Amino acid sequence: MSFPGEDMAVLNRKLTRDLWHVRGQALAIAAVIACGVAIVIMTYGAMTSLTKTRDAYYERYRFAQVFSHLRRAPLRLIREISAVPGVEKADARITHYAAIDLSGTGRPAAAYLVSLPDGNEPELNRIVLRAGRLPERDRNELVMSENMARALGYTPGQKLNVLLGGRKQLFTVSGIALSPEFVYVLAPGQLMPDDKAFGILWLRRSLMEAAYDMNGAFNDVSLTLSPGASEPQVRRRIDLLLARFGGTAAYGRDDQTSHAYISQELDQLRTIATVIPPIFLGVAAFLIHMVLSRLIETEREAIGLFKAFGYSNWEVASHYLKFSLLITAAGMLAGMIAGAWLGGWMTGLYQDYFRFPFLDYQPDFPVFAATLFISLAAAVAGTATAALAAARLEPAVAMRPPAPAVYRQSLIDRSKLMRRLSVPGQMIVRHLERWPMRALLTGSGIAMAVMLLVTLFFFFDAIDELVDSFYFRLNHQDAVIGLVEQRAERGRFEIARLPGARAVERSIEVPARISHGSLSQRIGITGLDQGTKFRTFQDANGHPLTLPQRGLLLSDKLANLLALKPGDKALTEVLEGDRRVTQVPVFAITTEHVGLAAYMDRASLAKLTGEPGAVTSFQVALDPNALPRFLAKLKEIPAVATVSTRAQSITALRETMAKSMTIVIDFYIGLGAIIAFGVVYNAARVSLSERGRELASLRVMGFTGVEVGYILIGELAVLVIAALPFGAVLGFGLAGVMSRAMETKLFRIPFIVEPSTYGVGMTIALLSASASALLVGFRISRLDLIAVLKTRE
Amino acid sequence: MEKSVTGLEDSQAAFRVRGLTKMYRSGDIDVPALRGIDLDICNGEVLVLLGPSGSGKSTFLNILGGLDRPSSGEVRFHDHDLLQMSERQLTRYRRDHVGFVFQFYNLISSLTARENVALVTEIAANPMTPEAALEMVGLKDRIDHFPAQLSGGEQQRVAIARAIAKRPEILLCDEPTGALDSQTGVVVLEAIEHVNTELKTTAVIITHNVAIAAMGSRVASFANGRIAGLSVNHCRRPAHELSW
Repeated sequence: MSFPGEDMAVLNRKLTRDLWHVRGQALAIAAVIACGVAIVIMTYGAMTSLTKTRDAYYERYRFAQVFSHLRRAPLRLIREISAVPGVEKADARITHYAAIDLSGTGRPAAAYLVSLPDGNEPELNRIVLRAGRLPERDRNELVMSENMARALGYTPGQKLNVLLGGRKQLFTVSGIALSPEFVYVLAPGQLMPDDKAFGILWLRRSLMEAAYDMNGAFNDVSLTLSPGASEPQVRRRIDLLLARFGGTAAYGRDDQTSHAYISQELDQLRTIATVIPPIFLGVAAFLIHMVLSRLIETEREAIGLFKAFGYSNWEVASHYLKFSLLITAAGMLAGMIAGAWLGGWMTGLYQDYFRFPFLDYQPDFPVFAATLFISLAAAVAGTATAALAAARLEPAVAMRPPAPAVYRQSLIDRSKLMRRLSVPGQMIVRHLERWPMRALLTGSGIAMAVMLLVTLFFFFDAIDELVDSFYFRLNHQDAVIGLVEQRAERGRFEIARLPGARAVERSIEVPARISHGSLSQRIGITGLDQGTKFRTFQDANGHPLTLPQRGLLLSDKLANLLALKPGDKALTEVLEGDRRVTQVPVFAITTEHVGLAAYMDRASLAKLTGEPGAVTSFQVALDPNALPRFLAKLKEIPAVATVSTRAQSITALRETMAKSMTIVIDFYIGLGAIIAFGVVYNAARVSLSERGRELASLRVMGFTGVEVGYILIGELAVLVIAALPFGAVLGFGLAGVMSRAMETKLFRIPFIVEPSTYGVGMTIALLSASASALLVGFRISRLDLIAVLKTRE
Repeated sequence: MEKSVTGLEDSQAAFRVRGLTKMYRSGDIDVPALRGIDLDICNGEVLVLLGPSGSGKSTFLNILGGLDRPSSGEVRFHDHDLLQMSERQLTRYRRDHVGFVFQFYNLISSLTARENVALVTEIAANPMTPEAALEMVGLKDRIDHFPAQLSGGEQQRVAIARAIAKRPEILLCDEPTGALDSQTGVVVLEAIEHVNTELKTTAVIITHNVAIAAMGSRVASFANGRIAGLSVNHCRRPAHELSW
């Protein structure tokens, strides 16, 4: 477009002055736009960067794609495995759980031992040395995972005892390392990392061979796939090959614990990033619309003049369009800078959280472009009607002052309520009635802020509910003791004799694949004793369920994934021993928020495995005062790998959940407050500029500043208070959507919103609205009475 | 006792103004708006202020009404010194004693005629009813109309009704007919006249219009921030005889 240079120079000067005149409002709008833009760029940038970093990490350190465990196979089998079509590279290892003795801690600890080839680096699942060096061959040295080293304060050179093949041996930590395979390190049967009690130790192969009688053999294989290979097909071939060596079913990255946890985190981050920013941009568009329509209303005369001078409709419209585009551009620029910076910061936090060895942070340029486009579209949408209205004004009409706003008697006016109100009260009602659309938009803005806040605080309720249901209502034991390997159930008496142990129950977890039609899931079936006091089951309505004598009790998520309902038969394949395959009826579905679970009577599970009397863990009720003595004694039992007390588990869960979620949530809460502030401030300022004359008239008639403020602020207060419950209801709805959207195999976000959450959400919105009302109230107190009254509107 | 500046005999002054000046700051220079006014305004009189734009009459009226503060001098309303009053006291003063009428009527568009008046009667100590006030200005049958449904003259009369409904001692009118044609203007002036005779309200009317000066008991001519002339009108003409 081209304009006569001189005219535009003047118009542009007008534009800058207009902007300066409404700088407070412009700033509030720009802030909301900046928030929207910053969030998109920050979260998407962080997500993209984290995904790229993770992928680069996997690539650089050759994280395998398929994994399988077996009892024992000769090393030469690796050649056959490598020859399976679709296998690119295969690596054989020896892995084993072992109890470890950490001097200075009063509780048992365990590690997952992983062999490193003697003398060189592994082909796959390479480790990243962070300190020290790899172990020397034939020396009692090991590399410790950084998670554990950090938690316990271990550095190279320090020593620890490892119960290697039943014999306590003293090792020196030669190095500290990270691994793409163990970004998250979870002890078997645990929900959350407990780095003080469980970690990864890498030992030279020769030491592992000697300790576990694995000369020339392996019990763990990982492989990568050649491009285009079908993972399920490769897994089937591998399963066939390993069947006679006691292989448990091969699984892909999706079932690999560490990878599954990272993916879950990234998915949740993505969900939040998708749902929340549009709300900000919507509010920004509405604010622009509100301010600009008002400005054009006050500019009627000027518009008439421009037109009388011969400016075209387009020139007039574009003048006002530029106004909003400038505000938007300022908001976008600030948002981009802040977003890029915050994205780096947030990625850093997550890098630390995931312990990625390096960071590949790049702002996501397609996202930049998309965000710019969407914000501009929001600004144009917010401006279009107002700018077109300006263009359409006839010069003669524009230069005449507008007639007084037309009010007519309505039903409300004749109501009793109206007659009981004071005249200022009537003004409030009439004004709301006269501009219902504006009232609706302002109310919606507030409701959106409340909705956002309620949804965000809901996450804290959800974590509380998760903890409460899992650790108090469903599980009643004080501690769970995990064994290094399957043991005979006799161990129960040994545990029961420990100081402070009040009751002991035993359970077994058996790796299995449950299938229904074409659907299948790899899980652990938990075998429990009839009449267990430590485990409660309940259906979706909270009614208690009992453990069936025969058949499966499935958690709701697992039943959903497999499309199973009570009475159906599930094809159950035990993934160890002689890998029996049986059709087991589904007895009932139990509601749980954590993991995928299947429960059976321990005796009937034994019939599937063919190993009656085996257990993998004990549940204990404890005298809380005896806990230290109990743990100290427990440490002396070699078969014990892990112990997790309820208190520790809850702390670990809260820490993990809180860390990853609050990184973003705290941030969004601040933004919710900004929305409430921006909406109320703009509504109040627009109202003030529109009604300055009326309000000044009242002041002249002898109304006090407070009385006048009541009319303006009172109207906003009515809107805010009316909007609060709607916001709460919307928040409830959005919380429901989020709890659904963020559901994963590992966790369901329980959909429960505490009354206090509505209270907190509404209070923050209210405080934020009050702050902006105060600012505007201050302006009312400084109304220039004479200037307002002497001018024609 | 110092000399009276009312020019009228045997009357008590509602306002007593001495040495009143007002400076406005415009950029770096002080612009004098009032350069020393001495005037007493008597109870119940109709004082017309005449003068060209910028002669200081509006500034003077605003100071009398407690909307503006002088730079120096003395303004007493009965026993009260307006200069000593706080913002809150000035608000109180406006609420209790002063009625304003402006050239642009400044009605609240969301309120009917009755409600516009009720706005004032609700906060006044001894008001008449809105209906009575509107009847005084001849608008009894337009009582439930909104401003948008009234003509300019009618809107101005609502403004007058609103100003007098609290039975103010002082009615301050700044160009009350400035936006009206002659015929409508006369109706508005009649309303002011009526109020002055019925309620004994002291009225101060600013106008450009020399014809209107004929209805005043006195006429003060402003020029250049001073009162250039003060004349007593010995044969006042009723408003309905005026025309321009």
